[in-house]
Amino acid sequence: MTLPNDPTTRTVRVPGTEAIATATRSSRTPVWKKLLRDPQAVITISLLVIIVLLGLLTPFLTSHGPNQTDLNAINAPVGTPGFLLGADESGRDIFARLLHSINTAVIAALLGTSVALVVGVLGGLVGGYFGRITQSATEWIFSLIMTFPGVLLLIILMPVTRGDYRPTMLIFGVLLAPGIYRIVRNLVLGVKNELYVDAARVSGLGNLRILGRHVLFVVRGPIIIAAAFLAGTSIGVQSGLAFLGVGSIEIPSFGAMIASGFRNLYIAPTQFLWPSLLLGVITASLVLLGNSLRDAFEGAKPKAARIGAAPSTERTAGADEAVDARNLVEIRNLAIAYPQASGGIAEVVRGVDLKINRGEVVGLVGESGSGKSQTAFATLGVLPNEAIITSGSIVFDGQELVGLSEARMRTLRGREIAYIPQEPMSNLDPSYRVGVQLVEGVRSSSSMSKAEAKDLVLSLLARVGIADPQRTFDSYPHEISGGMAQRALIAGAVASRPKLLIADEPTTALDVTVQAEILDLLRDLQAELDMAVLLVTHNFGVVADVCDRIAVMQNGSIVEAGTTLEIFDHPQHPYTQMLLGSILEEESVRADAPPAAVEGDTK
Amino acid sequence: MSLLEVRDLRVAFPARGFRAAPNEVLHGVSLDVAAGETLGLVGESGSGKTTIGRAVLGLVRASGGSIRFDGEDITTVSGAARRKLSKDIQVVFQDPYTSLNPAMTIGDILAEPLIVQGATGRDARAQVRTLLDQVGLPSDAIERLPREFSGGQRQRVAIARALAPRPRLIVCDEPVSALDLSTQARVLDLFVEIQRATGVAYLFVSHDLTVVRHISHRVAVLYRGDMVETGPAAKVTSDPDDPYTRKLLLAAPVADPRRQQERRLARRALMDAERTA
Amino acid sequence: MTLYILRRLLTGLVLALLVTFITFLLLGSSFEAAAYTILGPSATPQSVADLMNARGWDRPLVVQYFEWLLHAVQGDFGVSVYTSLPVAPSVIQRLLVTLSLIVPALLITAVLSTLLGVWAASRGGAADRTAQVISLVGYIVPGLLLAIGLVVIFSVQLKWLPATGFTPLTDDPLAWVRSITIPVIVLVVGGVANLAAQVRGRMIDELRRDYVRTLRTRGVSTSSIVIRHALRNAGSPALTVLSLEFISMFGSSLIIENVFALPGYGSFAFNASLQGDIPVIMAITAFGVLLVFVVNLITDLANGWLNPKARVQ
Repeated sequence: MTLPNDPTTRTVRVPGTEAIATATRSSRTPVWKKLLRDPQAVITISLLVIIVLLGLLTPFLTSHGPNQTDLNAINAPVGTPGFLLGADESGRDIFARLLHSINTAVIAALLGTSVALVVGVLGGLVGGYFGRITQSATEWIFSLIMTFPGVLLLIILMPVTRGDYRPTMLIFGVLLAPGIYRIVRNLVLGVKNELYVDAARVSGLGNLRILGRHVLFVVRGPIIIAAAFLAGTSIGVQSGLAFLGVGSIEIPSFGAMIASGFRNLYIAPTQFLWPSLLLGVITASLVLLGNSLRDAFEGAKPKAARIGAAPSTERTAGADEAVDARNLVEIRNLAIAYPQASGGIAEVVRGVDLKINRGEVVGLVGESGSGKSQTAFATLGVLPNEAIITSGSIVFDGQELVGLSEARMRTLRGREIAYIPQEPMSNLDPSYRVGVQLVEGVRSSSSMSKAEAKDLVLSLLARVGIADPQRTFDSYPHEISGGMAQRALIAGAVASRPKLLIADEPTTALDVTVQAEILDLLRDLQAELDMAVLLVTHNFGVVADVCDRIAVMQNGSIVEAGTTLEIFDHPQHPYTQMLLGSILEEESVRADAPPAAVEGDTK
Repeated sequence: MSLLEVRDLRVAFPARGFRAAPNEVLHGVSLDVAAGETLGLVGESGSGKTTIGRAVLGLVRASGGSIRFDGEDITTVSGAARRKLSKDIQVVFQDPYTSLNPAMTIGDILAEPLIVQGATGRDARAQVRTLLDQVGLPSDAIERLPREFSGGQRQRVAIARALAPRPRLIVCDEPVSALDLSTQARVLDLFVEIQRATGVAYLFVSHDLTVVRHISHRVAVLYRGDMVETGPAAKVTSDPDDPYTRKLLLAAPVADPRRQQERRLARRALMDAERTA
Repeated sequence: MTLYILRRLLTGLVLALLVTFITFLLLGSSFEAAAYTILGPSATPQSVADLMNARGWDRPLVVQYFEWLLHAVQGDFGVSVYTSLPVAPSVIQRLLVTLSLIVPALLITAVLSTLLGVWAASRGGAADRTAQVISLVGYIVPGLLLAIGLVVIFSVQLKWLPATGFTPLTDDPLAWVRSITIPVIVLVVGGVANLAAQVRGRMIDELRRDYVRTLRTRGVSTSSIVIRHALRNAGSPALTVLSLEFISMFGSSLIIENVFALPGYGSFAFNASLQGDIPVIMAITAFGVLLVFVVNLITDLANGWLNPKARVQ
């Protein structure tokens, strides 16, 4: 996400760890098929269809009118001949009233839902797609609607609607519209800024076609889901109002039946039971259907996962052979895998061996999907919960990290092992000032007082080249540039004078001039603190600039390792050779002159 | 007469807030692109290089200056007249993951511009095959969705889409920046090959001097909305006159440890000279 | 920040005015019907016209509105057509009854939802599934049925709590608690169902963000990350939901009060509406709108405090 005022970052989206760890997104099966496979959806849809049909078939199912009274049948119990479910306090047939109430409910649902959808969707489309003035205008209109006091309004307007539930539901639909408007408008705003909409414009599509072809598609799912919930809400509100007594006594509805049943609760409890049961079933079905629709349209949502749980390992840790004490980090035969949606696991890192000496800068180079970031995260112990370390060991300063408890790992993180992320902005908490976050990090890994930590952070901010440390300390992340944010993150990382610094593509998201400055800074800090650095990158130029040794990764394994000069001068592995060969020659220039302007068959 | 003539182009974005002054992103930039030529536009974030491209495409409104295409003034053109230009001016965007509608098949994506230009369904289908061929993709891609392809392949689809109406100018907005190293070279070569075959002109925007050098005949360098240098690619990208261009050149690390060390020293020298100046 | 507050205040006021104006216009069409109701069976077209003239109901609506507004801002909401008593005191008293129901319900809902949502999102697994089931149950059962069901069980059968009636807080705190327990439970069940799901969803999203990982690499404790960072960022959208929940609870309570015979806003509005008591209806609207305005303002302020970026917009 680019900040329009930020001159130092540019967006380069390199598909990386997210792509590996994401659960499968919705597959290719069409939505209706997914619904049919969902028992919840099937049951609720069937129930609703049956109920609606019962309502429609009312004339055939009963000969009693909904308000037809029979003074002989007052409070008749269930099973009285001619009164299947008994009769109420006025001698009206409960079964007949129930069936008629279904129709009332259906009409209420249709009115409320369709008005809400029509007004909300149109408002959202218009407000989201067109320019600023239209946007403000629709915002005002819908804010206005939201300021009306909801159900209270429906009660107040009784003299105007004369209690007829139809205009009441129409008004209610308008009151519901802002919720839909907000959803649709946000979706449209999101889509409007997508590049494929720009491309469609450049292809010559008019606004209407773009709305229909590209925008509406994104919107249809949420609308259908909302429809289910809106229907439930409409029926609920109409029943509630009828229960209160808003509305003509002539019109049969669940609310009215429940009200009279409530009054007769001691005399004939079942009078209350039937309408409640039916209302409950309808409402529950609509809610459950809405949930099923949501699952079908939007696919699996990300699941809750416990952070800080140590990643599962299939092998208990323990170094097999003696570890060379000169090595600060020794990774042996590391393998990381993720469970697949189709069952089974897929390895993203396999059999990685890597050594890092004290004070040495090692570059871990590879293209996207090579597993380099995963290796780095494993060393930090911050792999996603789903990750499984299937084998291998990571020994840091004589201590085995694989299988280490989270509490022990925490004592190392931020103290002896530090980390610099790729994208500075998204790695700072937007709600806290920069200084406060850095101080928190410092205090979490040391026993400094607040004042001591603040002094340290300020001096570090100056050390990393920020001109006005106090100002940056007091700023929120969105108020500083990407380059400054990265410097601040570096300051936070080196605060504890760590033995190992893991830098995950620290300059990829930065402008090239800023990149050079950050690399200078890293080189200086590394020399001053005698840190070992694991630099993960895909850029061979960066590697040539700062690294002592290089390891090349492809598809989860290290294919070649050696000193920087060795690898550049005499790459052994064909993949390394291919990579180095793909780097554009510094001297290559277009040799051919532009062809003369050609008319003719190109037009 | 150039195919594309931009004179003194200014673009300003309205600022947030009630009476805040608009934020001018381009302060009067001029450039030319001849038919069949590649003009490389280099700059960092905030230079305005992407904005120039978007102004030429009509995605952003110019607040001053003029843009002429093939002699005609297209600066303020909009609506139906702008849509007519889609025959001549096309685009390839940076992000292969969001420049293709994830819900449409490749065949539909490529047929869309053709149908807008008036081709029948059958014509479009035949042309789609040719296009896929041109960019080196198999014809079974027609029924598949973008998510089934890699970044490099998707970018090829984006190129094919740009070629569909047989344009005379394609604005390329950092088209290889989001691709892997090995794919970058291949896609760049594809661009060159297409230019040789069809004579299309490119306005090639990038932040990477090396990339720009590889594909451009001429190069223009932008810094914070101003053009600081223009000239033949060889000159501007290896021995530039302007100090900013020089800084840019020296800041990009070269993939060779020894030469990089030389470059680093040269950069340090430049920075020291700047400081004492 | 002050500019932000002022902007919000101004916008809110303008909207409140517009709403009362539109409502007045809508009601205007029913003045005549109201007059008939007031006069009862003995109404004649002439007596109705006289009544309307006496009360000034035959003047242009805009004029009537502004006169009403002028008095309203001075605190004078007129007198009831039926009782001739000043309107404002009774409206406020009824409003307080309803609020004494909603405010505790909202607070309990907020606390429970936050606990449930955070617990579910940061633990995952069984905790998460439990929370989702709880939410679902709250969604499925309509509030009205739950209210009646609880009354039947706890008041009628078990006789633990009073079925009807309301004791103001100031009279007898314990009795007050007993009289609002079941209504509050009903409101809370519905509220938690919605809000807990929202909090859970937002927390899950927030915990997946990059800055969470970076904080971990600094050695910040998990509880600190969850509460100080993730919850704070998730709180902003959740607050908006809370304000909507308030409005929704207000609507629900209008209906539920009927079950428990509580002398609240709902029945008051219903009766006034039935009787066509225009001054009372207008006062009810005005206070209702004022309530919405205050709730929205508080939410916006809290949002602005929690989320620094929101202030810029």
